[in-house]
Amino acid sequence: MSSTLDKLETGIKGFDGLTLGGLPRGRTTLVAGTPGSGKTIFAVQFLAEGARRGEPGVYVTFEERPDDIARNVSTLGWDISSWQEQGLWRVVDASFRGEDAGIVVGSFDLDALIGRIEHAIDQVGAVRVAIDSLGAVFSRLGQRHEDLRLQLGQVAERLRRLGVTTVITAERRDDSAGVIDRHQMEEFVADNVVILRHTLDDERRRRTVEVLKFRGSHHQEGQYPFVIVPDQGIRVVPLHTLDLTQPTSDARVTSGIAELDRMCGGGFFRDSVILLSGATGTGKTLVASHFVASEEEGRALYLSFEESREQLFRNAASWGFDFAAREAEGRLRVMSLYPEAMSLQNHALRIDEALEEFQPDRLVVDSLSALERGGSRRTFREFVIGLTSLVKHREVTSLFTNSTPTLGGGTSVTEAHISTLTDSIILLRYVEMYGAMRRAITVLKMRGSTHDRSIREFTVDDKGVHVGRVFTNLSGVLEGRPTATESAMVEQMESRFEPLAFGPDLGDGELPR
Amino acid sequence: MAELILYVAGGSARAQRAESQVRAIIDAAGSNVRLEVVDVRADPARAEEAGILATPTLVRTDGPPSRRVIGDLADRDRVLAFLGFEGVRA
Repeated sequence: MSSTLDKLETGIKGFDGLTLGGLPRGRTTLVAGTPGSGKTIFAVQFLAEGARRGEPGVYVTFEERPDDIARNVSTLGWDISSWQEQGLWRVVDASFRGEDAGIVVGSFDLDALIGRIEHAIDQVGAVRVAIDSLGAVFSRLGQRHEDLRLQLGQVAERLRRLGVTTVITAERRDDSAGVIDRHQMEEFVADNVVILRHTLDDERRRRTVEVLKFRGSHHQEGQYPFVIVPDQGIRVVPLHTLDLTQPTSDARVTSGIAELDRMCGGGFFRDSVILLSGATGTGKTLVASHFVASEEEGRALYLSFEESREQLFRNAASWGFDFAAREAEGRLRVMSLYPEAMSLQNHALRIDEALEEFQPDRLVVDSLSALERGGSRRTFREFVIGLTSLVKHREVTSLFTNSTPTLGGGTSVTEAHISTLTDSIILLRYVEMYGAMRRAITVLKMRGSTHDRSIREFTVDDKGVHVGRVFTNLSGVLEGRPTATESAMVEQMESRFEPLAFGPDLGDGELPR
Repeated sequence: MAELILYVAGGSARAQRAESQVRAIIDAAGSNVRLEVVDVRADPARAEEAGILATPTLVRTDGPPSRRVIGDLADRDRVLAFLGFEGVRA
């Protein structure tokens, strides 16, 4: 096997990352999929992105008429006729023009087709070629698949010698494993195979792309979700396959709450993902707001899936944070979105774009659980993996909030999925004690650091959050059903004057209120 | 007057076979057939215009409808019949 082949960047967003550089240069890649899976869009986009970069292309169409193609892709924002005028686009129209009936008598070769393609390549100095589609060739020239396979193999060979990078689309009957394309052309035509799939997953459309093989060169394995976006075409959702182990950096950032930093052993790690989980009203948004306002330097991006921007600003103001001023100074951006507004894949893309554009140091997603219903369990998990990889790749300290299903606690779907993916987990819980509702905070997990394992009381006043005394002699706090041990009452009185584990500035024996 | 265009790829054996078959057809049909031979290698623009994919391709253009036969025309009678040269036996 040769060393890594030179690759041609396609320009299709996300695809070049997936293929580690693009398509193998000077070779043919078969793009196979069931009807409606996006093959033609892929082929046209391959040429369109080329044209945008000044790389001329030739489009050989066996199925659709050139006018129909031009019309269909104009909705994606591509103006083929202008590229044609600039000599960046040539069409070889091998579609059925309905003009004459024909039969096959005797043996033939595809020299005429090859000649026409070569001619077009010559005319514009093409770098890219797209042939759409293989299935249509068979239906046009029908008989004797063996012959046709050999002939098409010759076409591919010719294109190779011309040094152009080619995409050929092919139809699959269904997505069963083992059959790449209906006519089993792959060995004859292409060293490289990409599969596009289009399935229904829990009533939602799920499109994926997979690089099945690249002969002689490396690529990412597995199926990756993509979307087809108006004005852009195919966008592969970025899922960097980072190894989610220890944070790579020891650098810490503040949570905005000094006591919480101490509980975490010094603050959050800069490139970590923190899950903040609790029932509604326990103070997640407040903690998130502290985090947003934690530094004077740097920028924070707040993605709100539960409250409107106005609500958020109002609440923040009541806690003493001036978000409006921060926003005006460019230190804060708030995006308020309905979870149902788009698919999870599209949400992932939007978030990626916002991160790219705004370049924040800190990110809040409030809440992740609001997005749970946006897809099947698998899709949601994929989304969370993708999002986590995305932010770590960009080294953005990220706080994701999660609403637990019951007021007392309990495990939510989000928690079940992502507790292994996050670096830190902070829990907020209601605690019913002596006839009043109180709140508890605890750091359940802090990967890569020692941390305070106690459960502490969490209070809120007009200056924001305060973390105070440890809830001693109680069990079941996390489930929201604290049970005082026998002598707890007495010990409570006694322990009021005990110094606390983390220094005298934490709590000072005030009467519990 | 019958109009035939034979599209071939250079001087390949297949092309030669097809050409000799066509000439035999013309002889049998008498002088009422005009034949043009186009080499798609030399003139790809013509091939593009006519939408030719495979070679050899024989097209009868004095329609309607125009008719085409793809291949080296091994079965002469079948070709004759399809192209509408009834009653002519080669």
